[in-house]
Amino acid sequence: MSVFVHKHSRVIIQGFTGQHATFHAEEAIQHGTTVVGGVTPGKGGMTHLGLPVFDTVHQAVQETGADVSGIFVPPPFAADAIMEALEAGVGVVVVIADGIPVQDMVQVKRYAADRNAVIIGPNTPGIITPEACKVGIMPSHIYTPGRIGVVSRSGTLNYEAVQQMSALGMGQSTSVGIGGDRAARLRGRSGDGCGDYDRRDRRPPGSRCGALGAGKHEQAHRRLRGRRVGATRTAHGTCGRDHFR
Amino acid sequence: MNIHEYQTKELLRGYGVPVPDGRVAHNVDNAATVAEDLGGDCWVVKAQIHAGGRGKGGGVKVASSIDEVKQFTDQMIGSHLVTPQTGPEGRLVQRVLVEQASSIQKEFYLGLVIDRATQRITVIASASGGMNIEEVAKTHPERVIREAVDPAVGLMPFQCRKIAAQIGLTGKQINEATKLMRSLYRCFRDKDALLAEINPLAEVDGGKLMALDAKMSFDGNAMFRRPGITELRDFDEEDPKEVEATAHGLNYIALDGNVGCIVNGAGLAMATMDAISFHNGKPANFLDVGGGASPEKVGNAFRIVLQDPNVKIILVNIFAGINRCDWIAEGLVQAMRDQHIEVPIVVRLAGTNVEKGAPILAASGFPFIMADNLDDAATRVMATLEGSS
Repeated sequence: MSVFVHKHSRVIIQGFTGQHATFHAEEAIQHGTTVVGGVTPGKGGMTHLGLPVFDTVHQAVQETGADVSGIFVPPPFAADAIMEALEAGVGVVVVIADGIPVQDMVQVKRYAADRNAVIIGPNTPGIITPEACKVGIMPSHIYTPGRIGVVSRSGTLNYEAVQQMSALGMGQSTSVGIGGDRAARLRGRSGDGCGDYDRRDRRPPGSRCGALGAGKHEQAHRRLRGRRVGATRTAHGTCGRDHFR
Repeated sequence: MNIHEYQTKELLRGYGVPVPDGRVAHNVDNAATVAEDLGGDCWVVKAQIHAGGRGKGGGVKVASSIDEVKQFTDQMIGSHLVTPQTGPEGRLVQRVLVEQASSIQKEFYLGLVIDRATQRITVIASASGGMNIEEVAKTHPERVIREAVDPAVGLMPFQCRKIAAQIGLTGKQINEATKLMRSLYRCFRDKDALLAEINPLAEVDGGKLMALDAKMSFDGNAMFRRPGITELRDFDEEDPKEVEATAHGLNYIALDGNVGCIVNGAGLAMATMDAISFHNGKPANFLDVGGGASPEKVGNAFRIVLQDPNVKIILVNIFAGINRCDWIAEGLVQAMRDQHIEVPIVVRLAGTNVEKGAPILAASGFPFIMADNLDDAATRVMATLEGSS
């Protein structure tokens, strides 16, 4: 079973007309994602990739019924964009940007505290439910539908793990990148975030793989075990540590 | 990004945090002039390097005459100061801070950090000042006071009074400490700091509070809006290869093996190093080219990796998401053309636009050794190294 994004998710892209956003929105659409439009302040009323462009997220949500936003705006403007999405009632906000000032994220987390929304990232490859919904920058062709949830801090290591799994015929239910930078680690429920993702996946025990980069992986692993979410495996757990001694 | 103690103190003075009178000096005569201007009969001479633990290495001296000020300055400037944080080679001292000495009655610790658990700026305070706060937290956790700041309202006076009382301040000192903490917080917010530490915060003659040592570090990601802080950066305190890498948007850490690594993503870079080690090789470096790697960025990555004379082979491992394999491939070909690269190159490309990337390498005529996956790449690296030795 998928978590957070699925085939009924209605996705908007903030920073829609930018180069990376355009490229990855097209990829997402090809992968089966229901992208319903996008937001670029000052370009409202335009059509981009055959979809409507809005000036504000508020307008986009009202017109399209969007419930997921992929944020592709540059780091200096990202905090504002995240809060705009939260205020407009978007339930899942995926923040791709790498390098958002930490104090901006402190503000964002406070703003998000009394709103019932999920922030994925920042500095994440995004989230994908294979062949149903992709919000992010990952190469969609390596993902295959299946029963394994994947949680990862590192983007490219997630790709590596997924490609190896797909090659072995092990499909994925949903794959989430929790985000790699200092601002992302501010989630508080940091390692816990993964447990959160997994707990929402209420399907009877399959197996799940947490490919976390060197960090709080053992802690998250213990927590997952404590919650009896079925078999968990942490891959590349002690990754890289020996090299830096 | 770190700055020197004297810079931190100037910054804090501007915000109304009480710091000792003092100025930076670049040579012996300079130091004597500063001491004479300050007056009094007792001064502190402090070596200005970014590493902590200076006192233990002889980088903080109390002088009771101008001659001693000169003598200590002469000993420090030009020397390599070794502290528990510098490593055995030490750090070159280029300037000293000369300050009026204070007679210390009592020492406290006061810090501001961004705490992951609370997701907030958090004040940390302790009556056990002048010591390593991490040690105190380990041995006497009850002596460390924490107070998280709600970003919606900022650090409130009542919180400061609470903290002050908890570390044992009384009477007028509580108001003084409140003003000091609020000033420190304002500076922390205004300048996008990640850490501010006053250790010790001292009670000096007459019961006045004063920041005797101060350290701040700042969020590199926010420096685009803090030009005043960026100016304070001292490149002499940083590894030149790492500075160059950062300037090109690359994350580079030198290691002692012979397999150069160029990878996208920190996690995959570490997994690549693991794979090399698994096959009994030794990585020469960690290098993450990051997202959106342009051909120029790839060229710069090669240049930096090849500055290390130990590199006998390079492994390029790219799993493109936001990157595109065709851009990377163009970068590789361009680097081969522009730079005389004599070491063999093993390339593993996967992900976005891989179908366009591989033909570019094949058509270039350069002898790239292509690998199908991570394990295959490491195997080919080792086979090539063995074949050439």
